[in-house]
Amino acid sequence: MSEYVELKRPLFTPFFMALALLVGLAVVFLAVRFVTGIGAVANLGGGYAWGIWVVYDIVVGTALACGGYALAVTVYVFNKGRYHPLIRPALLTSLLGYGFAAFGAFVDMGRWWQFYNLFLPWQMNIHSVMLEVGLCVSAYVLVLTIEFLPTILQRFRVHALAQKVEKVLDRVLFFVIALGILLPTMHQSSLGTFLIAMGWKVHPLWQTLHVQPLLAVLSAFTMGFAIVVLESSLAAAAFRRAPETPLLAGLGRIIVGLIAAFLVVRFAAILWQGKLGRVFAFDLGSVMFLIETALFVYPLAVLMSPQGRRNAKKLLYAAASMVFAGALYRFDAFLITFDPGPGYSYFPAFPEIMVTVGTIAAEIMAYLYFVKKFPVLPREEHAAA
Amino acid sequence: MDRRNFFKASLGATVASAAAVVSSSVHARPNLDPAPEAVGMLYDATLCVGCKACVTKCKEVNGMPPVPMAGDVHADFALDLSAQTLNVIKIHTEGKGAAKDALVDGFAFEKRSCMHCVDPGCVSVCPVQALTRHPKTGIVSYNSDVCIGCRTCMTGCPYNVPQYDYNNAFGKIYKCQMCNQKGVERIDQGMMTGCAEACPTGATLFGARTALLEEAKRRLALKPGEIYNYPRGDIGKPDSFHEKAVPEYQRTLWGEKEAGGTNVMHLSSLPYDKLGMPPLGERSFASISEGVQGTLYSYMALPAVALGGLTWLVRRGTEGDKNNGGEQ
Amino acid sequence: MAKDSDFSFDASTDFTAIERRLGVSRRTFLKFCTGVAASFGLGTKAAFAMAEAIANPAKRPPVIWLHGQECTGPTESLLRSEQPTFEHLILDLISLDYHQTLDAGAGHRVEEVKRETMQKYKGKYLLVIEGAIPLAQNGIFCKIGGQTMMDATQEAAENAAAIVAFGSCASWGGVQSAAPNPTGATGAPQFLKGKTVVTIPGCPPNPANFLGTVLYFVTYGKLPPIDDKGRPKWAYSRLIHENCYRRPHFDAGRFATQFGDDGHRQGWCLYKLGCKGPETYNNCPSLEYNNVGGGVWPIGVGHPCFGCSEQGTGFNKPMFSLAEVKTHTPPNAFPNIGDRQNPASSTIAAAAAVAGAAVGVLLGATAAAGKKLDGTQAEASQSADKGA
Repeated sequence: MSEYVELKRPLFTPFFMALALLVGLAVVFLAVRFVTGIGAVANLGGGYAWGIWVVYDIVVGTALACGGYALAVTVYVFNKGRYHPLIRPALLTSLLGYGFAAFGAFVDMGRWWQFYNLFLPWQMNIHSVMLEVGLCVSAYVLVLTIEFLPTILQRFRVHALAQKVEKVLDRVLFFVIALGILLPTMHQSSLGTFLIAMGWKVHPLWQTLHVQPLLAVLSAFTMGFAIVVLESSLAAAAFRRAPETPLLAGLGRIIVGLIAAFLVVRFAAILWQGKLGRVFAFDLGSVMFLIETALFVYPLAVLMSPQGRRNAKKLLYAAASMVFAGALYRFDAFLITFDPGPGYSYFPAFPEIMVTVGTIAAEIMAYLYFVKKFPVLPREEHAAA
Repeated sequence: MDRRNFFKASLGATVASAAAVVSSSVHARPNLDPAPEAVGMLYDATLCVGCKACVTKCKEVNGMPPVPMAGDVHADFALDLSAQTLNVIKIHTEGKGAAKDALVDGFAFEKRSCMHCVDPGCVSVCPVQALTRHPKTGIVSYNSDVCIGCRTCMTGCPYNVPQYDYNNAFGKIYKCQMCNQKGVERIDQGMMTGCAEACPTGATLFGARTALLEEAKRRLALKPGEIYNYPRGDIGKPDSFHEKAVPEYQRTLWGEKEAGGTNVMHLSSLPYDKLGMPPLGERSFASISEGVQGTLYSYMALPAVALGGLTWLVRRGTEGDKNNGGEQ
Repeated sequence: MAKDSDFSFDASTDFTAIERRLGVSRRTFLKFCTGVAASFGLGTKAAFAMAEAIANPAKRPPVIWLHGQECTGPTESLLRSEQPTFEHLILDLISLDYHQTLDAGAGHRVEEVKRETMQKYKGKYLLVIEGAIPLAQNGIFCKIGGQTMMDATQEAAENAAAIVAFGSCASWGGVQSAAPNPTGATGAPQFLKGKTVVTIPGCPPNPANFLGTVLYFVTYGKLPPIDDKGRPKWAYSRLIHENCYRRPHFDAGRFATQFGDDGHRQGWCLYKLGCKGPETYNNCPSLEYNNVGGGVWPIGVGHPCFGCSEQGTGFNKPMFSLAEVKTHTPPNAFPNIGDRQNPASSTIAAAAAVAGAAVGVLLGATAAAGKKLDGTQAEASQSADKGA
């Protein structure tokens, strides 16, 4: 009997239809964007060239999609086979997250029809951080697709072709999985390196220069685990399944260590660079930093105790806080405390926000479709093992 | 692996990666050197009279439209660099703003256009080499045929120079290309930039970067009040001179060393931050980010090693699964 | 400054005499007075007051006119004025009791007339000084009738009702004061320290500036508002650059670079050819020269202004060196350092609302899910905890 099953519930719920409406609205705005230009729907300008489409859809969005990455490391590197049941939903979220991040990148690209230049070796600038992110994310989407293929094929196992493909996959999957761990490490760290190139525009409390890649990977990795916990808890609540708390508790432990590492590195960098005074300046940067740190410390405190880890509600809140913390860290660095100089301002326009909202809605719709039509979610007795 | 070993491993990995990125500062990529035949411009704000001949000439040479102030007004009133403006004159006023270049209650003009950095941030971050620094002249040029419009150049430029045309579905990036882009090629033809040619006072001077640096230092060495013959046009072959008393300059010129230096340098009597110059040290941010990237990805060595290790680990893990029936 | 309401029009004033004497129609005469009044910023009431003053010969003030180091340019330019003509100025507006160029008489008798006039009209006569006053070696470099200009000026200024320095030489020294100034040439205000001296600088000065000032004095019995250099503000408060008809070319950056080049032929700005308009105060662009219209003034005929009326500029700065642009008055406006070409910021309120709502939804969903998981404490499976 399969470890995974389809969720036997109707697809076209009112919630699903509401999401479809949001997607429809986003499609309208996207049509305007592609016909008249980005300026018609977004509030981007000279100083703020990157808005929520880059900062949320790509930078935060891919970090939220690091569940597959986090679990792959746990299951395949540290051999925690018990977490195996969580892999497929995590993979699906990752695939959708990265896929829609790539879509978001396209939407934001000012000359998108020339995107193929990214893949022409003679055109590449090998020193470019953006190139690394672009190539790496593309490769990772491919890897995730391959990793998710077994789930697709499991549905069509009766077909001979499906069986043949599966045999091939079986032989190379370990390599694909290895890639699926390397690639996110690479591009998540590069997302941090972006901030180095932005130089003085990044607020001193976020401009840790050489330590940017490390902080980016650490936070992304941690967010990956947190997302797995969050998603699993939300799914349990939404679909009235028994929560997979025993499994999640273990992940909670990992999260504690990672948050600790992140905070240690971050504060060490701030101390080393002599910026501690800014933490308590109570200007915008200071306030956002304190909020961020609080959001990081709360899950650390909650999950440090075994009781905290075994409480499904506490796990959920801690995971949510960690996800917010990681997202806020990125938002702050790229957008909120980012200052390109006097006279520049940015707040996303209404159509701009609706495109992002629509993208998220589409992601959720896709997730719902896949978990209901394909064997993604673990069988309930597996989870409780 | 038990808890202790897990934490050991995590700590070890953290320290290792920290060491890797910190070590990138040891064999970091240094700032680039100026191009061997670097050309540039020297803008002396104290000579500028705000006539905006350079703005007009720039629009003419580069085929840029005027930016109307309101409605149908047929006068150019560009507020800042944009997709229609590659060069703009701005003003800074202090207090009453009565005396030109005075530190108290004074005003000063500032010319804004591409600085043609020696170690350009835009060139460093562009994924497809849409922005390139000419190997001989150091001029930073743009190729819209390969540009993907990601606008990383805009984030990576310390001066916020490149401007994307958001109001065009097929928008390009716009910035000064020293009048040497395809179809204009003034420098290639031995001419000078349009702005330097138009400037009546020699506030914008064109020439070899080395010569301009010399000229700037010469001016800084003079005593305020001394009469000096300011050259006009091309410093190599000035077409006329402008006699004027030397003002009290700021002690340094801008662009000799800031973030690696620029080909377009500035002199001013007011502090540079008041004229909108960003807070820059001597290291270019391009050099730091490339240093970090280089350390991590040089020859893809580290990734290859990591991939090898991971492959081995994963294979060892999945082999156990296979033996249990092959289900994933 | 006299107010319009201070004066009433005497309907009995007979203008036919004026018409005969000045040889102009009543209409032309009144138009002239209106024009002068307008230059002062006054209305028609003042115009009629001026007309009345001219019509009434009894009001003519006596004038003592001294000549120092000069070329007589100011007098010559006055001779060429047409509104009114100079003879009418002399005969009708003022009583020119002493003028070395125009006096019919000559010699000692004329000098005696001067002294008699100064005695008879003590405190009532108008003193006009044309030409600079040399101070070097006790003023021997300019002597009239055995008396140095220094002494003559001192003597005449003692009891004058008002002193007018006519021309750049009298205003600040003029051409002879150019470096090295061997004669110590100086202007009247610098010499007559402590006394109010109205200066009408220019080389030559525009006669209308003198006539207008005199007419004001004759009408109101006092001098018009002057600046710190004694120049009547109505004529000298603006830079030539501010009213120059070629200013749009300056603003657009269109400069003639050589006499006769394309730009020059098209009437472009002469700044690059050394025009000192940007640092010279005068009203040449408005009045032009010689009353012939058609752009007859230095810049109008294609030659850069050399700042003839401006001390420190005229006869001091080289002809073709670039001028200091003293002001950047509108419409040549500049954006500030922090001004940006902002995109149209659309519906921030709606956007903020949506953003807030989105965040709210996330928090709400988390809280709702938390409630559903409430009280579900997993059985402590030790292995799930340890060895993670």
